[in-house]
Amino acid sequence: MRDVIIVGAGPGGSAAAKYLAEKGYDVALYEKRQEIGAPKRCAEGFSLAGAKEFNLDLPKNCIRQKINSSRVYSPNGNFVEINYEVDGGCILERKVFDKWLVEEAVRKGAKVQAKTTITGLLKENGKVVGVKGEFFGEKFEERCKMLIASDGIESKISRMAGLNTACNPNLVDSGVQFEMAGIDIEDQKKIYLYFGNEIAPGGYCWVFPKGKDIANVGIGVLGRNNLPAIKYLEKFIESKKELKKGSILEVNSGGIPVGGLLQKMTLDNFLVVGDAAHQVNPIHGGGLYEAQFAGRIAAEAVDEALKRGDTSEKQLSKYNKEWWEQRGNHLRNVEKLKEVFKKLSDEDLNFLSENLKGNNLADFCEGINLKFFGKLLMKRPHLIKFAKSLF
Amino acid sequence: MFKLNEDKCLRCGGCVGICPVAALELTETGIVCNEEKCIKCGNCESFCPVAAIKIEKDKK
Ligand SMILES: Cc1cc2nc3c(=O)[nH]c(=O)nc-3n(C[C@H](O)[C@H](O)[C@H](O)COP(=O)(O)OP(=O)(O)OC[C@H]3O[C@@H](n4cnc5c(N)ncnc54)[C@H](O)[C@@H]3O)c2cc1C
Ligand code: SF4
Ligand code: SF4
Repeated sequence: MRDVIIVGAGPGGSAAAKYLAEKGYDVALYEKRQEIGAPKRCAEGFSLAGAKEFNLDLPKNCIRQKINSSRVYSPNGNFVEINYEVDGGCILERKVFDKWLVEEAVRKGAKVQAKTTITGLLKENGKVVGVKGEFFGEKFEERCKMLIASDGIESKISRMAGLNTACNPNLVDSGVQFEMAGIDIEDQKKIYLYFGNEIAPGGYCWVFPKGKDIANVGIGVLGRNNLPAIKYLEKFIESKKELKKGSILEVNSGGIPVGGLLQKMTLDNFLVVGDAAHQVNPIHGGGLYEAQFAGRIAAEAVDEALKRGDTSEKQLSKYNKEWWEQRGNHLRNVEKLKEVFKKLSDEDLNFLSENLKGNNLADFCEGINLKFFGKLLMKRPHLIKFAKSLF
Repeated sequence: MFKLNEDKCLRCGGCVGICPVAALELTETGIVCNEEKCIKCGNCESFCPVAAIKIEKDKK
């Protein structure tokens, strides 16, 4: 019997695997894809402060481009810039990064196996006690004391275990992206975000440089729209002469849970982390930091539970508590902003961009200083009703 | 009926997470729908970033 089985080798699963293996537990991490990290479902933006916080000594080949600023366009073409302290962010090569994270877990003693799908759970008295899986069509069963689901947006495992983690369709960004080469980029150390109800309803278009003439060019849109996301992306690219002439090296898509944070992420012998638990920043859709953060504190809660020989839901609920205290409440604030943001017209967005500075935007992404935003909205009579939710 | 355009589908799994009744599964060959579970709500169809899904009304 294993101490811990982890399903899904994205950043959430490999972080949990690394921390638990480091503490000496017998950990297995199963990934259904034949190649960890590929194809990517991501624009690859990551904060270097995050890397530092998780003690990631990122090898050079994980980082494609260091980033020192963001430019946020409003529908009328005006923009606000956020400048970071030196190289605050980076664009990763996720295929390399995800695999490297897993290698680190293996170095600490975790057992990892790709092309292994977890197809069902073993249960006793309604409690999870192991998994049923398939490796190369070969079926197997394995028991464990603790199961961690880090199976991303697909998240079937939580639902099998008894937690309904299905996403609310109004709270999932529909994302699609081209990795494009042969394009012109004004400043390769800057990421570019484009807002507007015409170009990206409820979301935004992005250009994340991976070099001087190569970038992830993508879009996330929210809710039911007239067109599928890819049509909006094609229109966006068509409208920009610096992008239009480029070549498409890769096509990526995915769902981004931008809301619907879960109060309860634990059951007896079970917990869920990352996208599977909707742990994503609702404004910008970044989930790499959140997944690894949750993987780390989940590992701490599991460590304590295993030491006590008590992996009951009650004991594990420490993870819920810690996560909400450290991340959830922030993200809940960001979610409130997102709810207001969805209702803004292009004119409203233009108005905001004239009245906001870079540091205001950076605060909003972290869910701080909402009052400032609320006060700004109060200046537009038709927005007063939305502003109230921010005080 | 759930109809998948395999030429378009990028196997990103987004539709799986959005299905309220867990009728969808991402396999190596694409998305498979369990028609017995599917309630034809159309969530997957309107979500799919590349319009690979069509939910067709069943003929009576
Ligand atoms: C278009 C797009 C752009 C994005 N851009 C950014 C960005 O720039 N920055 C950022 O921070 N975040 C971004 N995100 C979000 C980010 O990609 C996710 O938040 C992050 O990958 C979540 O990590 P995770 O470990 O929770 O899940 P994932 O990375 O999704 O990993 C889950 C893994 O579980 C595996 N799995 C699923 N089911 C099973 C099973 N039954 N058995 C075995 N394995 C299974 C899957 O194959 C997958 O590898 C973006 C997302 C999308 C879709
Ligand atoms: S959302 Fe669309 S592209 Fe993604 S797996 Fe489902 S059908 Fe395929
Ligand atoms: S139509 Fe609704 S129930 Fe049927 S597969 Fe799509 S999301 Fe699931």
